[in-house]
Amino acid sequence: MSIPLSWYLALSAALFSIGVFGVLSRRNAVGVLMGVELMLNAVNINLVAFWHYGAFGPSTGLAFALIVIAIAAAEAAVGLALIISVYRRRKTVVVDDVNLMKF
Amino acid sequence: MNIQPFEPSHLLALAPEIVLVISAAVIMLADVNRGRERKRELGVVAALGFGAALVAALLFTLPGLTADGQFGGMIRNDTAAFAFRILFLFAGMVTALIATDSPVIGKEGEFFLVLTGSVIGMNFMALSTDLVMLYLSIEASSIALYALAGSLRESDKSAESGLKYFLFGAFTSTVLLYGFSLLYGFAGSTNLYEIGARLGEAGVGGVPTLPVILTLLTVVVGLGFKISAVPFHFWAPDVYEGAPTPITAFLSVASKAAGFAVLLRLLLTVFPGYAGIWTGIIAALALLTMTIGNLLAMQQRNIKRLLAYSSIAQAGYILLGLAAYYNLNTDGNVGGEHAIGAVVYYLGMYTLTNLVAFGVIILVSRITGSDEIADFSGLSRRSPGLALAMLVALLSLGGIPPLAGFFGKLYLFAAAAEANLLWLVVAGAINALLALYYYLIVIKVIYLGQPKDEATVPVSRPYVFALWVCSIGVILVGVLAGPFVQIAQAAGTNFLR
Repeated sequence: MSIPLSWYLALSAALFSIGVFGVLSRRNAVGVLMGVELMLNAVNINLVAFWHYGAFGPSTGLAFALIVIAIAAAEAAVGLALIISVYRRRKTVVVDDVNLMKF
Repeated sequence: MNIQPFEPSHLLALAPEIVLVISAAVIMLADVNRGRERKRELGVVAALGFGAALVAALLFTLPGLTADGQFGGMIRNDTAAFAFRILFLFAGMVTALIATDSPVIGKEGEFFLVLTGSVIGMNFMALSTDLVMLYLSIEASSIALYALAGSLRESDKSAESGLKYFLFGAFTSTVLLYGFSLLYGFAGSTNLYEIGARLGEAGVGGVPTLPVILTLLTVVVGLGFKISAVPFHFWAPDVYEGAPTPITAFLSVASKAAGFAVLLRLLLTVFPGYAGIWTGIIAALALLTMTIGNLLAMQQRNIKRLLAYSSIAQAGYILLGLAAYYNLNTDGNVGGEHAIGAVVYYLGMYTLTNLVAFGVIILVSRITGSDEIADFSGLSRRSPGLALAMLVALLSLGGIPPLAGFFGKLYLFAAAAEANLLWLVVAGAINALLALYYYLIVIKVIYLGQPKDEATVPVSRPYVFALWVCSIGVILVGVLAGPFVQIAQAAGTNFLR
């Protein structure tokens, strides 16, 4: 128990920032999705760390983290399906090339 | 809020959602058992399901019949949740009816199945008073909408629209979730009321102000996306143009209203002590959203994109009402519930109006094969009824009395004026004039243009029903505004306490 809570929060913030950078800089749709997954994992670190150090009583933090994992899986399933649907029609998953609609 | 132990009678509070789950199961079974040519009845089945859920909502979930704090404090069945629930169920029903005749999606059972699932998610967005439940319901409705936006598999634009919506949506909802995890850490609870009590006033108590403001910003980003507020609006025109038009209609009303329901719930129960800060942010967003939405709408040739930018601008007016919440309170003479009530009323009337506009667009674009404004030329001579419905919708969006849109804007601007936000009222009035300009251009094309083709636009029975109900609704909600304003005010009061 020598590691303080703030280290976990810093790790989570760093992971979140890397995820945001990935989403904003990646040109490949799958890469963007991976950035989002990093951000979701940052959230999970936050939740579990707060639960562990906060002595908040019932395991709400753990349950929340499990639900986040489940939703992330559902989101990735639908997201990958959409990426495949675009790839079948356009033969590319690079976000910049998918731009039929411009104003 | 007092948390009650579970009793079987509490299930009644979820009666509309239970009916929707049954309806989804019926749609799935009917989809498997029907031949290809009879599948167009699925839309009617889905609409009947939404209708049954509306009846269940009116019978079992009237506020006062069921107490709050059920299911471990996860949901709160108050007037606010009731009003938004009715709105989502109605929007779902109209969407199912206008999708029935669509050549592609009207024959696909999964389309109506996923639509029903999305409405279940939205209902829970309005009901939830707990971070876990809130995130779960936001994702339940969003993931379904990503799939719906990309559901025209033969269309390049629809696939692109689904992908864009997914990438923006997954990103912003995760930013919102990061804020939720911090809120859990600050308060040690996921119940919104307990978090609100723990955060208290800005600068007072144990929670430092700066992290709370960061959390507030994540909420604004996450929900700013759902309500398509500038600068989080980039997805909206592309997604609206590419998605199947019934889904565009649904996105522009129900998804936006659901975003506002959660935004109101979070800002007013978790951050009431920080109202001085967030009303400033919201006022700035309102100004940007109205102005940029209207300026870009004026340049559009495509009617779906025009309505997309117009719906961005409408979100700006609604934000204006939300910004009017704080100063009202400090003035002391009037409560903030006036402003919130005006927001709820405006959302209701905007839902009706936009559904009419999109209903007419779908019919016209189906026979002309494109979405250009020029295709509406001389519509009044081809189909006077449709032209009249479009006239009602556009004039209401433009805020002409005695239609609902006029009273909606009146209440919003009045609330902002009471809150001493005169600069915002002036900006709103100028914007309303700008908006009227491009609505009138479409009306001019419809009534004064020469028709390219004399044939009437074919309209089927479910369609006539949906358009009649919505058009009469637009007029009734305006002319007989009293009861609707009362419900909206009660909902506004519920959001506050």
